[in-house]
Amino acid sequence: MTEFEPVLLRRVGKPDSQSLAGYRADGGYRALAKALGDLTPAQVTELVKDSGLRGRGGAGFPCGVKWTFLPKDHPGPIYLCVNADESEPGTFNNRILMEEDPHQVLEGILLACYATRASVAYVYVRYEYGRSFRVMQQAVDELYANNLLGRNILGKDFHAEVYLHRGAGAYICGEETGLIESLEGKRAWPRIKPPFPAVEGAFRKPTVVNNVETLACVTHIVDRGPDWFKSVGVPPDPKNPRDAGSYGPKLYCLSGHVNRPGCVELPLGVSVRELVEEHGGGVWKGRRAKGCIPGGLSMGFLTEQEFDTPLDFNGPGKAGCLGLGTAAVIVFDETTSIVDVLYNTCRFFAHESCGQCTPCREGTGWMMKITDRIRRGRGRLEDLHILDEIGRSIGIMPGTTICGLADGAGWPVKNAISKFRAEFEEFIRSGRKSPELELVGAH
Amino acid sequence: MSVLTEELRQKIVAYLAHYPRKQAVTLPALHVVQDALRCVPLEAVREIADLLDLSPAEVQDTMTFYGFFRDEQAPLGRTRLWVCRSLPCMLRGGEELLGRLGEKLGVRPGGTTADGKITLEFAECIGACEGAPCVLVNDEHVMNVTLDRVDQLVDSLRA
Repeated sequence: MTEFEPVLLRRVGKPDSQSLAGYRADGGYRALAKALGDLTPAQVTELVKDSGLRGRGGAGFPCGVKWTFLPKDHPGPIYLCVNADESEPGTFNNRILMEEDPHQVLEGILLACYATRASVAYVYVRYEYGRSFRVMQQAVDELYANNLLGRNILGKDFHAEVYLHRGAGAYICGEETGLIESLEGKRAWPRIKPPFPAVEGAFRKPTVVNNVETLACVTHIVDRGPDWFKSVGVPPDPKNPRDAGSYGPKLYCLSGHVNRPGCVELPLGVSVRELVEEHGGGVWKGRRAKGCIPGGLSMGFLTEQEFDTPLDFNGPGKAGCLGLGTAAVIVFDETTSIVDVLYNTCRFFAHESCGQCTPCREGTGWMMKITDRIRRGRGRLEDLHILDEIGRSIGIMPGTTICGLADGAGWPVKNAISKFRAEFEEFIRSGRKSPELELVGAH
Repeated sequence: MSVLTEELRQKIVAYLAHYPRKQAVTLPALHVVQDALRCVPLEAVREIADLLDLSPAEVQDTMTFYGFFRDEQAPLGRTRLWVCRSLPCMLRGGEELLGRLGEKLGVRPGGTTADGKITLEFAECIGACEGAPCVLVNDEHVMNVTLDRVDQLVDSLRA
């Protein structure tokens, strides 16, 4: 294994990692000066497109391509929404970026504003990230005080404002049109698409929504060039003409039953096994893993036998998961009951379904009730069939909901039942009960 | 009688410059009020609506969607203590932590201690999974809150 030198996390933990002076001393805002001095907005977009950068928030859509969906010659305003509503269970990489190296993110935001001609960027920060909010606000204030935000940035004909906007504890605000609705002051009900935000987004104007880590990557793509970015990660599968590749470094979050939980930066494509063994210090208490969530709760499950799956944009899908998601790996050991894991998962989605679409609102609620019944020792074998059927019938893919929350709620259920069926059946037949959860109601 | 002081009004009005539409100030305004009053009374909803040229029903609609804001029937205590119960924390004792904190404080999730100091709530993933089990004290993470650290945490919040 060759040692990978971190790029996105290179300044984390260093003294002065949050200040403008510290960032500049490490070459910060060099990429912005280069873009404003030597490149047109279209050229910056082209660089990002050439790099193959795919969105880090979960969907993996090519970032530069997304930017080109904006209407040409629009009179404006155009908005950039930065998705810092990171709420996918197991995911905390954007929190670390914002808390530890806010200017790296802000430089990416400014580059994106320049490339897309956005005049205002709203950074939607989940309420739970109080420290991120304060560190980012301080960094924004520093930028205004140093002519790096506002009018005529760096003396050029480039103007941009950045405002931080705090959420209020709703997972659905991470869905890009839910985020926009929430920003506008409404309940965060995702919109039917089309129109996509690029055409009609925040305040009915063209809008780009990008994830924090994606924008941090933009900083380095402009600074080091797309060839550097493409030298890291996994090229497209030549046998799959639709594969856009999995280029660049990725922040992997590792949590659950490992000896050293944490966030580690590696080239896209590391296997779960290498991540757990080499970077997480192995499974805790000398035990074996039973399985894991490969990329945030909504991606489904991998069994221990599937741990050689590469965590690039294709790997988890080939193993039956929904996708790479946020690349947040949650490991559970061999002593953990899959019944408890699935109940916890279903409870999360029942709590976070926004209630707009009936199949999701009712489906997530019933999946929680049925898994609760199973864990209380009153399950029936046909419950597994019902759960599977609900899991298959809710979501964008079957065409029954407006957004992907329901796909993410159904996927772990489908995966758990197909991959751990024997354990569910044995549990139901035995009539055992999971330990009582005192005090904790369903909602 | 007005619930919002002049200071709170000015804090809310200052947000208007950030957005092209007044309605976008709804969430910032609700935060300003709840931070100061520990709840958003119905009268404050009316006054926010007035400041933003909205119907009070529109503010109420947004406010109640989030399940985050309290009305005057159930104001927050001085500290809101959120205990994460999502999978990464559950795997490392989050449910037991919530149970123990409930016992220690003598309240169920959602409740506030009799002295008005601590409101206990469960949370879905709060994004500090490397330090599971974790909690939020208002909006600051406290990580690795194992059962042996419960007394220390509660004492610090009661002080």
